[in-house]
Amino acid sequence: MILPELSRSMFRNALVLGLFAVVTVGAVTLLQQFTAERIQAAERASQLRALNEILPHGSYDNQLLDSSVDVHHPLLGTRHPTPAYIARKDGEPSAVILQAIAPDGYSGAIHLLVGVLADGRIAGVRVVRHRETPGLGDKVELAKGRWILSFDGKSLSDPQASGWAVKKDRGDFDQFAGATITPRAVVGAVHRALQYFDAHRDELLGASTRPVEPDQALPEPDEFDEATRHSRAGSAATRDEMLITDPQPEQTGETP
Amino acid sequence: MSTPSYRELSINGLWKNNPALVQLLGLCPLLGVSNSAVNALGLGLATALVLICSNIGVSLVRGVVNTAVRLPAFVMIIAALTTCIELLMQAYTYELFQILGIFIPLITTNCVILGRADGFAAKHNPLIAGFDGFVMSMGFALVLLVLGGLRELFGTGVLFANMQLLFGPIAADWQITVFSDYKGFLLAILPPGAFIVLGLLIALKNRIDHQLAERAKAQQPEAPAQSRRVRVTGVIE
Repeated sequence: MILPELSRSMFRNALVLGLFAVVTVGAVTLLQQFTAERIQAAERASQLRALNEILPHGSYDNQLLDSSVDVHHPLLGTRHPTPAYIARKDGEPSAVILQAIAPDGYSGAIHLLVGVLADGRIAGVRVVRHRETPGLGDKVELAKGRWILSFDGKSLSDPQASGWAVKKDRGDFDQFAGATITPRAVVGAVHRALQYFDAHRDELLGASTRPVEPDQALPEPDEFDEATRHSRAGSAATRDEMLITDPQPEQTGETP
Repeated sequence: MSTPSYRELSINGLWKNNPALVQLLGLCPLLGVSNSAVNALGLGLATALVLICSNIGVSLVRGVVNTAVRLPAFVMIIAALTTCIELLMQAYTYELFQILGIFIPLITTNCVILGRADGFAAKHNPLIAGFDGFVMSMGFALVLLVLGGLRELFGTGVLFANMQLLFGPIAADWQITVFSDYKGFLLAILPPGAFIVLGLLIALKNRIDHQLAERAKAQQPEAPAQSRRVRVTGVIE
Protein backbone atom coordinates (compact mmCIF):
# COMPACT_ATOMS: atom_id res chain seq x y z
CA MET A 1 0.00 0.00 0.00
CA ILE A 2 1.54 3.29 -1.08
CA LEU A 3 -0.63 5.73 0.86
CA PRO A 4 0.75 5.21 4.40
CA GLU A 5 4.23 5.32 2.91
CA LEU A 6 3.50 8.64 1.22
CA SER A 7 1.90 10.19 4.27
CA ARG A 8 4.82 9.13 6.40
CA SER A 9 7.33 10.85 4.11
CA MET A 10 5.10 13.95 3.97
CA PHE A 11 4.98 14.00 7.73
CA ARG A 12 8.73 13.63 7.95
CA ASN A 13 9.32 16.46 5.45
CA ALA A 14 6.92 18.74 7.25
CA LEU A 15 8.69 18.01 10.49
CA VAL A 16 12.10 18.76 8.97
CA LEU A 17 10.88 22.04 7.49
CA GLY A 18 9.19 23.00 10.75
CA LEU A 19 12.39 22.29 12.61
CA PHE A 20 14.33 24.43 10.17
CA ALA A 21 11.90 27.29 10.64
CA VAL A 22 12.17 27.10 14.42
CA VAL A 23 15.95 26.97 14.41
CA THR A 24 16.45 29.79 11.88
CA VAL A 25 13.86 32.08 13.45
CA GLY A 26 15.37 31.33 16.85
CA ALA A 27 18.83 32.28 15.63
CA VAL A 28 17.60 35.55 14.13
CA THR A 29 15.64 36.42 17.27
CA LEU A 30 18.66 35.79 19.45
CA LEU A 31 20.85 37.99 17.30
CA GLN A 32 18.19 40.69 17.25
CA GLN A 33 18.06 40.71 21.03
CA PHE A 34 21.80 40.88 21.10
CA THR A 35 22.17 43.78 18.63
CA ALA A 36 19.04 45.80 19.46
CA GLU A 37 20.81 48.12 21.87
CA ARG A 38 23.71 48.76 19.55
CA ILE A 39 21.45 49.42 16.58
CA GLN A 40 19.53 51.97 18.59
CA ALA A 41 22.76 53.63 19.64
CA ALA A 42 23.95 53.70 16.01
CA GLU A 43 20.66 55.27 14.90
CA ARG A 44 20.91 57.94 17.55
CA ALA A 45 24.54 58.64 16.72
CA SER A 46 23.64 59.02 13.07
CA GLN A 47 20.78 61.41 13.86
CA LEU A 48 22.94 63.40 16.21
CA ARG A 49 25.66 63.65 13.58
CA ALA A 50 23.14 65.16 11.18
CA LEU A 51 21.94 67.63 13.81
CA ASN A 52 25.49 68.55 14.80
CA GLU A 53 26.25 69.56 11.25
CA ILE A 54 23.76 72.36 11.70
CA LEU A 55 24.44 73.20 15.33
CA PRO A 56 28.08 72.74 16.23
CA HIS A 57 28.64 70.72 19.36
CA GLY A 58 29.61 73.60 21.64
CA SER A 59 26.63 75.78 20.76
CA TYR A 60 24.29 73.91 23.09
CA ASP A 61 24.69 71.89 26.25
CA ASN A 62 21.59 69.72 26.48
CA GLN A 63 20.83 66.25 25.10
CA LEU A 64 19.48 67.35 21.73
CA LEU A 65 17.78 64.08 20.88
CA ASP A 66 15.98 63.95 24.20
CA SER A 67 14.67 67.48 24.07
CA SER A 68 12.16 67.50 21.29
CA VAL A 69 8.54 68.36 20.71
CA ASP A 70 6.43 66.67 18.09
CA VAL A 71 5.16 69.21 15.61
CA HIS A 72 2.94 68.86 12.61
CA HIS A 73 1.90 71.64 10.28
CA PRO A 74 1.18 72.31 6.60
CA LEU A 75 3.91 74.95 6.51
CA LEU A 76 6.46 72.26 7.32
CA GLY A 77 5.03 69.93 4.69
CA THR A 78 5.02 67.05 7.15
CA ARG A 79 2.13 64.63 7.29
CA HIS A 80 2.76 63.13 10.67
CA PRO A 81 3.98 64.76 13.84
CA THR A 82 7.75 64.83 13.62
CA PRO A 83 10.16 65.85 16.37
CA ALA A 84 11.56 69.37 16.43
CA TYR A 85 14.78 69.43 18.42
CA ILE A 86 15.27 72.27 20.87
CA ALA A 87 18.85 73.26 21.68
CA ARG A 88 19.51 74.95 25.02
CA LYS A 89 22.58 76.70 26.34
CA ASP A 90 22.73 77.36 30.08
CA GLY A 91 19.05 76.50 30.30
CA GLU A 92 18.01 79.13 27.76
CA PRO A 93 16.65 77.87 24.42
CA SER A 94 19.18 78.83 21.75
CA ALA A 95 17.95 77.17 18.57
CA VAL A 96 15.40 74.79 17.05
CA ILE A 97 15.97 72.17 14.38
CA LEU A 98 12.80 71.59 12.38
CA GLN A 99 12.17 68.79 9.95
CA ALA A 100 10.59 70.10 6.80
CA ILE A 101 9.55 68.51 3.51
CA ALA A 102 9.66 70.19 0.14
CA PRO A 103 6.91 68.31 -1.69
CA ASP A 104 7.69 69.83 -5.08
CA GLY A 105 11.16 68.49 -5.87
CA TYR A 106 11.92 67.31 -9.39
CA SER A 107 11.40 63.67 -8.42
CA GLY A 108 9.31 63.74 -5.30
CA ALA A 109 9.68 65.06 -1.82
CA ILE A 110 12.93 66.50 -0.49
CA HIS A 111 13.41 66.01 3.24
CA LEU A 112 15.21 68.82 5.04
CA LEU A 113 16.53 69.72 8.44
CA VAL A 114 16.21 73.46 9.05
CA GLY A 115 18.03 74.89 12.05
CA VAL A 116 16.71 78.23 13.27
CA LEU A 117 18.45 80.29 15.95
CA ALA A 118 16.35 81.86 18.69
CA ASP A 119 16.62 85.26 16.99
CA GLY A 120 15.08 83.91 13.79
CA ARG A 121 18.25 83.57 11.72
CA ILE A 122 19.00 80.28 10.02
CA ALA A 123 21.72 78.24 11.65
CA GLY A 124 21.92 75.85 8.77
CA VAL A 125 19.95 73.71 6.36
CA ARG A 126 20.73 70.13 5.30
CA VAL A 127 19.04 67.79 2.89
CA VAL A 128 18.48 64.45 4.57
CA ARG A 129 16.71 62.51 1.84
CA HIS A 130 15.91 63.19 -1.79
CA ARG A 131 15.70 61.52 -5.17
CA GLU A 132 16.83 64.39 -7.37
CA THR A 133 18.81 63.72 -10.54
CA PRO A 134 22.42 62.78 -9.78
CA GLY A 135 24.76 65.41 -11.15
CA LEU A 136 22.08 68.08 -11.51
CA GLY A 137 19.61 68.43 -8.66
CA ASP A 138 21.70 66.59 -6.10
CA LYS A 139 23.93 69.64 -5.66
CA VAL A 140 21.62 70.50 -2.76
CA GLU A 141 23.62 67.91 -0.77
CA LEU A 142 26.56 69.38 1.06
CA ALA A 143 28.69 66.51 -0.22
CA LYS A 144 28.07 67.63 -3.81
CA GLY A 145 28.12 71.40 -3.51
CA ARG A 146 28.16 74.36 -1.19
CA TRP A 147 24.84 75.81 -2.32
CA ILE A 148 22.96 74.70 0.79
CA LEU A 149 25.26 76.90 2.89
CA SER A 150 23.84 80.00 1.19
CA PHE A 151 20.94 79.84 3.68
CA ASP A 152 23.19 80.33 6.69
CA GLY A 153 22.40 83.54 8.55
CA LYS A 154 19.34 84.37 6.46
CA SER A 155 16.05 85.25 8.13
CA LEU A 156 12.49 86.29 7.27
CA SER A 157 13.54 89.94 7.04
CA ASP A 158 16.84 89.26 5.26
CA PRO A 159 16.02 88.96 2.44
CA GLN A 160 12.49 90.30 2.27
CA ALA A 161 9.71 87.94 1.25
CA SER A 162 10.27 88.69 -2.45
CA GLY A 163 13.90 87.66 -2.14
CA TRP A 164 13.00 84.17 -0.94
CA ALA A 165 13.14 82.68 -4.41
CA VAL A 166 15.74 81.57 -6.91
CA LYS A 167 17.31 84.21 -9.15
CA LYS A 168 15.29 83.04 -12.12
CA ASP A 169 12.19 84.03 -10.14
CA ARG A 170 13.84 87.36 -9.25
CA GLY A 171 14.87 86.15 -5.83
CA ASP A 172 18.18 86.13 -4.01
CA PHE A 173 19.17 82.49 -4.27
CA ASP A 174 21.21 80.91 -7.05
CA GLN A 175 19.83 78.06 -9.07
CA PHE A 176 22.03 75.42 -10.69
CA ALA A 177 22.77 75.16 -14.37
CA GLY A 178 20.22 72.71 -15.71
CA ALA A 179 18.23 72.43 -12.51
CA THR A 180 15.87 75.15 -11.32
CA ILE A 181 13.07 73.07 -9.88
CA THR A 182 15.12 71.50 -7.10
CA PRO A 183 16.54 74.75 -5.63
CA ARG A 184 13.17 76.42 -6.06
CA ALA A 185 11.56 73.66 -4.01
CA VAL A 186 14.21 73.87 -1.30
CA VAL A 187 14.08 77.66 -1.07
CA GLY A 188 10.29 77.49 -0.77
CA ALA A 189 10.41 74.84 1.94
CA VAL A 190 13.02 76.73 3.97
CA HIS A 191 11.01 79.93 3.66
CA ARG A 192 7.87 78.17 4.89
CA ALA A 193 9.77 76.59 7.77
CA LEU A 194 10.91 80.07 8.81
CA GLN A 195 7.32 81.31 8.66
CA TYR A 196 6.32 78.38 10.81
CA PHE A 197 9.04 79.22 13.31
CA ASP A 198 7.98 82.86 13.36
CA ALA A 199 4.37 81.96 14.09
CA HIS A 200 5.22 79.41 16.78
CA ARG A 201 8.40 80.76 18.30
CA ASP A 202 7.00 80.96 21.82
CA GLU A 203 5.52 77.48 21.78
CA LEU A 204 8.75 75.99 20.41
CA LEU A 205 11.21 77.85 22.57
CA GLY A 206 9.13 77.85 25.70
CA ALA A 207 8.13 74.28 25.14
CA SER A 208 8.36 71.69 27.83
CA THR A 209 7.79 68.23 26.44
CA ARG A 210 4.14 68.87 25.62
CA PRO A 211 3.44 68.43 21.90
CA VAL A 212 2.21 71.47 20.03
CA GLU A 213 -1.37 70.96 18.95
CA PRO A 214 -1.68 71.43 15.21
CA ASP A 215 -5.13 73.03 15.50
CA GLN A 216 -4.23 75.84 17.77
CA ALA A 217 -1.11 76.44 15.77
CA LEU A 218 -2.79 77.25 12.45
CA PRO A 219 -2.13 80.77 11.22
CA GLU A 220 -4.48 82.74 8.98
CA PRO A 221 -4.60 80.59 5.86
CA ASP A 222 -4.55 83.52 3.41
CA GLU A 223 -1.47 84.97 4.92
CA PHE A 224 0.70 81.95 4.44
CA ASP A 225 -0.71 81.08 1.04
CA GLU A 226 0.36 84.42 -0.30
CA ALA A 227 3.85 84.15 1.04
CA THR A 228 4.21 80.53 -0.02
CA ARG A 229 3.09 81.18 -3.53
CA HIS A 230 5.31 84.13 -3.92
CA SER A 231 8.42 82.20 -3.24
CA ARG A 232 7.46 79.48 -5.67
CA ALA A 233 6.18 81.69 -8.43
CA GLY A 234 7.80 81.64 -11.86
CA SER A 235 8.65 85.14 -13.03
CA ALA A 236 6.29 84.99 -15.98
CA ALA A 237 3.32 83.56 -14.13
CA THR A 238 0.64 85.90 -12.93
CA ARG A 239 -1.09 85.34 -9.65
CA ASP A 240 -4.18 83.92 -11.37
CA GLU A 241 -2.25 81.45 -13.42
CA MET A 242 -0.48 80.33 -10.33
CA LEU A 243 -3.72 79.53 -8.61
CA ILE A 244 -4.60 77.11 -11.34
CA THR A 245 -1.27 75.56 -12.21
CA ASP A 246 0.67 75.56 -9.03
CA PRO A 247 -0.26 72.51 -7.00
CA GLN A 248 -0.75 72.78 -3.30
CA PRO A 249 1.92 70.98 -1.35
CA GLU A 250 -0.68 68.58 -0.01
CA GLN A 251 -1.84 67.59 -3.46
CA THR A 252 1.53 67.03 -5.01
CA GLY A 253 1.86 63.87 -3.05
CA GLU A 254 4.87 61.86 -2.24
CA THR A 255 5.48 58.97 -4.53
CA PRO A 256 6.89 56.00 -2.69
CA MET B 1 30.70 12.74 -7.19
CA SER B 2 34.43 13.25 -7.07
CA THR B 3 35.76 15.97 -4.84
CA PRO B 4 37.46 18.74 -6.83
CA SER B 5 40.81 20.02 -5.59
CA TYR B 6 41.17 23.45 -3.97
CA ARG B 7 43.15 24.62 -6.98
CA GLU B 8 40.38 23.62 -9.37
CA LEU B 9 37.82 25.30 -7.15
CA SER B 10 39.81 28.52 -7.02
CA ILE B 11 40.28 28.73 -10.77
CA ASN B 12 36.60 27.96 -11.22
CA GLY B 13 35.33 30.57 -8.78
CA LEU B 14 37.69 33.37 -9.61
CA TRP B 15 37.94 33.01 -13.35
CA LYS B 16 36.59 30.09 -15.38
CA ASN B 17 33.13 30.01 -13.84
CA ASN B 18 33.07 33.47 -12.27
CA PRO B 19 29.54 34.09 -10.96
CA ALA B 20 29.39 37.67 -12.25
CA LEU B 21 31.29 37.46 -15.54
CA VAL B 22 30.41 33.97 -16.76
CA GLN B 23 27.32 32.76 -14.95
CA LEU B 24 25.90 36.31 -14.92
CA LEU B 25 24.15 35.64 -11.63
CA GLY B 26 23.21 38.21 -9.01
CA LEU B 27 23.19 41.03 -11.53
CA CYS B 28 20.55 43.08 -9.70
CA PRO B 29 22.75 44.02 -6.73
CA LEU B 30 25.80 43.96 -8.97
CA LEU B 31 24.43 46.73 -11.16
CA GLY B 32 22.46 48.47 -8.44
CA VAL B 33 25.17 49.32 -5.92
CA SER B 34 28.30 49.37 -8.02
CA ASN B 35 28.38 53.16 -8.36
CA SER B 36 31.27 53.53 -5.95
CA ALA B 37 34.03 51.34 -4.61
CA VAL B 38 32.88 51.52 -1.01
CA ASN B 39 29.30 50.47 -1.85
CA ALA B 40 30.58 47.65 -4.04
CA LEU B 41 32.99 46.41 -1.40
CA GLY B 42 30.34 46.60 1.32
CA LEU B 43 27.86 44.53 -0.63
CA GLY B 44 30.59 42.20 -1.87
CA LEU B 45 31.70 41.42 1.68
CA ALA B 46 28.13 41.00 2.93
CA THR B 47 27.39 38.61 0.08
CA ALA B 48 30.62 36.73 0.77
CA LEU B 49 29.73 36.22 4.42
CA VAL B 50 26.27 34.93 3.54
CA LEU B 51 27.59 32.65 0.80
CA ILE B 52 30.35 31.11 2.93
CA CYS B 53 28.07 30.54 5.92
CA SER B 54 25.20 29.23 3.81
CA ASN B 55 27.49 26.80 1.99
CA ILE B 56 28.78 25.46 5.29
CA GLY B 57 25.28 25.34 6.79
CA VAL B 58 23.79 23.58 3.81
CA SER B 59 26.65 21.11 3.73
CA LEU B 60 26.15 20.32 7.43
CA VAL B 61 22.47 19.50 7.00
CA ARG B 62 22.83 17.70 3.68
CA GLY B 63 22.10 14.33 5.28
CA VAL B 64 18.96 15.54 7.03
CA VAL B 65 16.91 17.09 4.24
CA ASN B 66 15.74 15.01 1.33
CA THR B 67 15.36 16.24 -2.21
CA ALA B 68 11.65 17.10 -1.87
CA VAL B 69 12.13 19.79 0.76
CA ARG B 70 15.72 20.79 0.15
CA LEU B 71 15.03 24.08 -1.63
CA PRO B 72 12.73 25.61 1.01
CA ALA B 73 15.12 24.45 3.71
CA PHE B 74 18.11 26.01 1.94
CA VAL B 75 16.23 29.26 1.34
CA MET B 76 15.39 29.39 5.04
CA ILE B 77 19.05 29.04 5.93
CA ILE B 78 20.03 31.74 3.44
CA ALA B 79 17.27 34.12 4.52
CA ALA B 80 18.16 33.72 8.19
CA LEU B 81 21.84 34.36 7.47
CA THR B 82 21.00 37.43 5.41
CA THR B 83 18.85 38.83 8.20
CA CYS B 84 21.68 38.23 10.64
CA ILE B 85 24.15 40.07 8.40
CA GLU B 86 21.63 42.88 8.02
CA LEU B 87 21.31 43.23 11.79
CA LEU B 88 25.07 43.17 12.24
CA MET B 89 25.61 45.80 9.55
CA GLN B 90 22.93 47.94 11.15
CA ALA B 91 24.72 47.66 14.46
CA TYR B 92 28.30 48.19 13.32
CA THR B 93 28.28 50.00 9.96
CA TYR B 94 25.03 51.94 10.20
CA GLU B 95 25.73 54.52 7.49
CA LEU B 96 26.79 51.94 4.95
CA PHE B 97 23.65 50.01 5.82
CA GLN B 98 21.60 53.10 5.04
CA ILE B 99 23.27 53.49 1.64
CA LEU B 100 23.02 49.84 0.61
CA GLY B 101 19.44 49.77 1.90
CA ILE B 102 17.20 47.37 0.05
CA PHE B 103 20.12 45.51 -1.53
CA ILE B 104 21.03 43.82 1.75
CA PRO B 105 17.77 41.84 2.13
CA LEU B 106 18.00 41.14 -1.60
CA ILE B 107 21.13 39.05 -0.97
CA THR B 108 18.64 36.29 -0.17
CA THR B 109 17.49 36.28 -3.76
CA ASN B 110 20.99 36.29 -5.22
CA CYS B 111 21.00 33.21 -7.43
CA VAL B 112 24.71 32.64 -6.86
CA ILE B 113 23.96 31.68 -3.29
CA LEU B 114 21.11 29.25 -3.84
CA GLY B 115 22.92 27.95 -6.91
CA ARG B 116 26.03 27.07 -4.94
CA ALA B 117 23.99 25.68 -2.06
CA ASP B 118 22.07 23.30 -4.26
CA GLY B 119 24.67 22.64 -6.91
CA PHE B 120 27.74 22.20 -4.74
CA ALA B 121 27.37 22.43 -0.98
CA ALA B 122 24.61 19.83 -0.81
CA LYS B 123 27.00 17.23 -2.26
CA HIS B 124 30.27 17.99 -0.47
CA ASN B 125 31.70 18.13 3.02
CA PRO B 126 31.55 21.41 5.00
CA LEU B 127 35.23 22.22 4.61
CA ILE B 128 35.31 22.10 0.84
CA ALA B 129 31.83 23.64 0.60
CA GLY B 130 33.01 26.57 2.73
CA PHE B 131 36.07 26.96 0.51
CA ASP B 132 33.89 26.92 -2.58
CA GLY B 133 31.70 29.61 -1.01
CA PHE B 134 34.82 31.66 -0.30
CA VAL B 135 36.28 31.59 -3.81
CA MET B 136 32.91 32.01 -5.51
CA SER B 137 32.09 35.02 -3.38
CA MET B 138 35.56 36.44 -3.91
CA GLY B 139 35.01 36.11 -7.64
CA PHE B 140 31.74 37.99 -7.24
CA ALA B 141 33.14 40.62 -4.89
CA LEU B 142 36.19 41.29 -7.07
CA VAL B 143 34.06 41.94 -10.13
CA LEU B 144 31.79 44.12 -8.01
CA LEU B 145 34.79 46.06 -6.70
CA VAL B 146 36.35 46.55 -10.15
CA LEU B 147 32.98 47.65 -11.51
CA GLY B 148 32.41 50.03 -8.61
CA GLY B 149 35.95 51.39 -8.81
CA LEU B 150 35.76 52.00 -12.55
CA ARG B 151 32.36 53.69 -12.32
CA GLU B 152 33.51 55.87 -9.44
CA LEU B 153 36.69 56.78 -11.31
CA PHE B 154 34.96 57.66 -14.57
CA GLY B 155 31.97 59.23 -12.89
CA THR B 156 33.65 61.44 -10.31
CA GLY B 157 37.39 61.33 -10.99
CA VAL B 158 38.27 59.99 -7.55
CA LEU B 159 38.74 56.51 -6.15
CA PHE B 160 37.91 55.02 -2.74
CA ALA B 161 35.91 57.99 -1.46
CA ASN B 162 34.05 57.56 1.86
CA MET B 163 35.87 54.38 2.78
CA GLN B 164 35.41 55.34 6.44
CA LEU B 165 31.80 54.12 6.14
CA LEU B 166 33.19 50.61 6.04
CA PHE B 167 36.53 50.73 7.81
CA GLY B 168 36.03 53.45 10.40
CA PRO B 169 37.84 56.77 10.82
CA ILE B 170 41.29 55.47 9.82
CA ALA B 171 40.06 55.10 6.25
CA ALA B 172 38.93 58.72 5.95
CA ASP B 173 41.95 59.75 3.87
CA TRP B 174 42.12 56.73 1.62
CA GLN B 175 40.51 58.74 -1.13
CA ILE B 176 42.71 59.06 -4.20
CA THR B 177 42.06 61.96 -6.53
CA VAL B 178 43.03 60.61 -9.91
CA PHE B 179 41.86 63.43 -12.13
CA SER B 180 41.83 66.73 -10.31
CA ASP B 181 39.44 69.34 -11.65
CA TYR B 182 37.35 66.63 -13.28
CA LYS B 183 33.87 67.65 -14.31
CA GLY B 184 32.39 64.22 -13.78
CA PHE B 185 30.86 61.84 -16.29
CA LEU B 186 27.29 61.32 -15.21
CA LEU B 187 26.59 58.29 -17.42
CA ALA B 188 29.10 56.16 -15.51
CA ILE B 189 27.23 56.66 -12.24
CA LEU B 190 23.72 56.18 -13.63
CA PRO B 191 22.40 52.63 -14.16
CA PRO B 192 23.23 52.47 -17.90
CA GLY B 193 26.88 52.99 -16.96
CA ALA B 194 26.74 49.78 -14.94
CA PHE B 195 25.58 47.79 -17.96
CA ILE B 196 28.18 49.35 -20.23
CA VAL B 197 31.10 48.82 -17.85
CA LEU B 198 30.01 45.25 -17.07
CA GLY B 199 29.74 44.56 -20.79
CA LEU B 200 33.27 45.87 -21.30
CA LEU B 201 34.56 43.71 -18.45
CA ILE B 202 32.96 40.60 -19.92
CA ALA B 203 34.40 41.44 -23.33
CA LEU B 204 37.84 41.88 -21.74
CA LYS B 205 37.58 38.50 -20.02
CA ASN B 206 36.55 36.79 -23.23
CA ARG B 207 39.41 38.42 -25.07
CA ILE B 208 41.94 37.23 -22.49
CA ASP B 209 40.46 33.72 -22.62
CA HIS B 210 40.70 33.79 -26.39
CA GLN B 211 44.34 34.81 -26.32
CA LEU B 212 45.15 32.15 -23.73
CA ALA B 213 43.53 29.54 -25.92
CA GLU B 214 45.47 30.74 -28.97
CA ARG B 215 48.73 30.60 -27.08
CA ALA B 216 47.98 27.14 -25.78
CA LYS B 217 47.24 25.99 -29.29
CA ALA B 218 50.44 27.53 -30.64
CA GLN B 219 52.52 25.76 -28.06
CA GLN B 220 51.13 22.32 -28.80
CA PRO B 221 52.92 20.46 -31.53
CA GLU B 222 50.41 20.07 -34.29
CA ALA B 223 51.69 16.66 -35.28
CA PRO B 224 48.38 14.94 -35.97
CA ALA B 225 47.37 17.55 -38.48
CA GLN B 226 50.55 17.33 -40.46
CA SER B 227 51.22 13.61 -40.61
CA ARG B 228 49.27 11.98 -43.33
CA ARG B 229 48.04 8.57 -42.69
CA VAL B 230 48.53 6.29 -45.55
CA ARG B 231 46.74 3.03 -45.49
CA VAL B 232 48.83 0.16 -46.54
CA THR B 233 46.98 -2.83 -45.32
CA GLY B 234 43.66 -3.94 -44.00
CA VAL B 235 40.11 -3.70 -45.15
CA ILE B 236 37.89 -0.64 -45.15
CA GLU B 237 35.16 -0.92 -42.65
